[in-house]
Amino acid sequence: MALLEVNDLSIHFGGVKAVQNVTFSIDAGVVYAVIGPNGAGKTTLFNLITGIYTPTTGTIQLDGESIAGKSPDELARRGVARTFQNLQICMNMSAIENVMVGAHLRLDRNLLKAALRWPALKQRDRELHAEAAELMRFVGLDAYVNARADAMPYGALKRLEIARALAMKPRLIFLDEPAAGLNPKETIEVDALVRKVADSGVTVVLVEHDMKMVMNLSDRILVLDYGKKLTEGTGMEVRNNPDVIAAYLGAHA
Amino acid sequence: MSKNPYLGLYIIMAVLLVLPFVLPNSFYVDLAIRMAINAVIVLGLNLLIGFAGQISLGHAGFLGFGAYATAVLPTHFGWHPLLAMAAGAVAAGALAAIVARPIFKLKGHYLAMATLGLGIIINIVVRTEAQWTGGPDGMPVPAMSLAGFEISGDKHWYWLVALVLSVSVWASLNMINSPFGRALRALHGSEVASKVVGVDVVRYKVAIFVLSAMFASFMGSITAHYVGFVTPNLADFFHSIELVTMVVIGGMASVYGSVVGAVLLTALPQALTSFEGWETVAFGAILMLSMIFMPKGLVPTLSARFGRGD
Repeated sequence: MALLEVNDLSIHFGGVKAVQNVTFSIDAGVVYAVIGPNGAGKTTLFNLITGIYTPTTGTIQLDGESIAGKSPDELARRGVARTFQNLQICMNMSAIENVMVGAHLRLDRNLLKAALRWPALKQRDRELHAEAAELMRFVGLDAYVNARADAMPYGALKRLEIARALAMKPRLIFLDEPAAGLNPKETIEVDALVRKVADSGVTVVLVEHDMKMVMNLSDRILVLDYGKKLTEGTGMEVRNNPDVIAAYLGAHA
Repeated sequence: MSKNPYLGLYIIMAVLLVLPFVLPNSFYVDLAIRMAINAVIVLGLNLLIGFAGQISLGHAGFLGFGAYATAVLPTHFGWHPLLAMAAGAVAAGALAAIVARPIFKLKGHYLAMATLGLGIIINIVVRTEAQWTGGPDGMPVPAMSLAGFEISGDKHWYWLVALVLSVSVWASLNMINSPFGRALRALHGSEVASKVVGVDVVRYKVAIFVLSAMFASFMGSITAHYVGFVTPNLADFFHSIELVTMVVIGGMASVYGSVVGAVLLTALPQALTSFEGWETVAFGAILMLSMIFMPKGLVPTLSARFGRGD
């Protein structure tokens, strides 16, 4: 059975049908890409699956359990992590604290123990600090382990989001344009990072405009256009699909 | 990152230990007690405003809640002062929870409006219910005694309040650097990001609001006992604004900023008496200038200038 099954999913904002009757499934352990022209509904699809939006119709199942309309924190409990196209970094915190927040659900969050500086809690926090530093090295942020988040460059913040998501120890990670705004060298590095994440056993779902990266990384690709599923298949199948070529080049097939 | 976040606490404790021996007379002891009381209230408010990013414009209402619980319950119902104090804090917390729960499901600054209203309602109640509260004239507060030992006189109160302040600073520092505190700061930094890592945002906002209200109520009780008299002014809107000003001037999201803000703004009116009738103008000018040149508040601005965090 597939890890994630999306069936006939739609969301309407007033008269705008941002996602319409989209059906697909994702097997555990793959890298799955969602592509499409601007405004095709890729980020909306992510927001639906990660609980930011509630679908108008349709079902979403994670491991056979319905998750449509569940809140983001409930999805986090079920091992769903994500990053954002427009950065969502807590600039009021240090870089490593941003990563440590990712481990929120794995910690004892008791307020009284926290206020009393409970030894076990403090010990766990020290371990987490080391774990978070390790994750920052994993995503290539060795130089920023002691940095403040608001002093980091854009490209580093993109990786910091990935580190925070990984701190959740997710089963499924949604990366919303991890290479957007990066230069070619940084893009190659992120490409390698996504590969590393996938190799560590996390199922990766990717929205990305960099076609070279998508073709290089993805096991399967879903193509959206105007909120509808255009096609789905391997890189080769998608690349040779006349509908996809038409959607991207604007020709009328 | 070799800096020790507790260094400031040690300095505060050292100052608190030395102060009674260097202050020339009881006027200054009284001022120091008021500063410390305000510091604890402002600390609680800063956890809400500075760390969690939620605004309360009615915090003096919660202060009044505790103060009047301490005055009314022992006077009219013969409750033990400690029990009255606890009841006030629990009731203030419950009221905060009832008000906050629906508000935090909305986006935006609805909390500011709701707390503004709540503070004004509490103030109207204590002004109007004269048979219980003495109305605008206020009412005396019975003395507090613990196990037959009566707490009276500046010395007793000084040490009690110094202890409360030290413990509050310590607990706040512990809290903000814990999983709970990180979640709180994270939802301020990015609500959507904290949601997707699993933070139940509404629950955390309600929790910190309730905690902050209970802090205020508890310190309201302490104030009432210390002064020996309560008036509705303690719970009025201007006092709420004064407390928010202390947070902002001292520094949002800064534990030590709360203490510095409270100390400075408690002392400032005393220092400005030489302006004879123009105190309020001078007070306003100082606030405006500090906001223009130090919009982040005193402690964060200075610590950034001298290369230290927190």
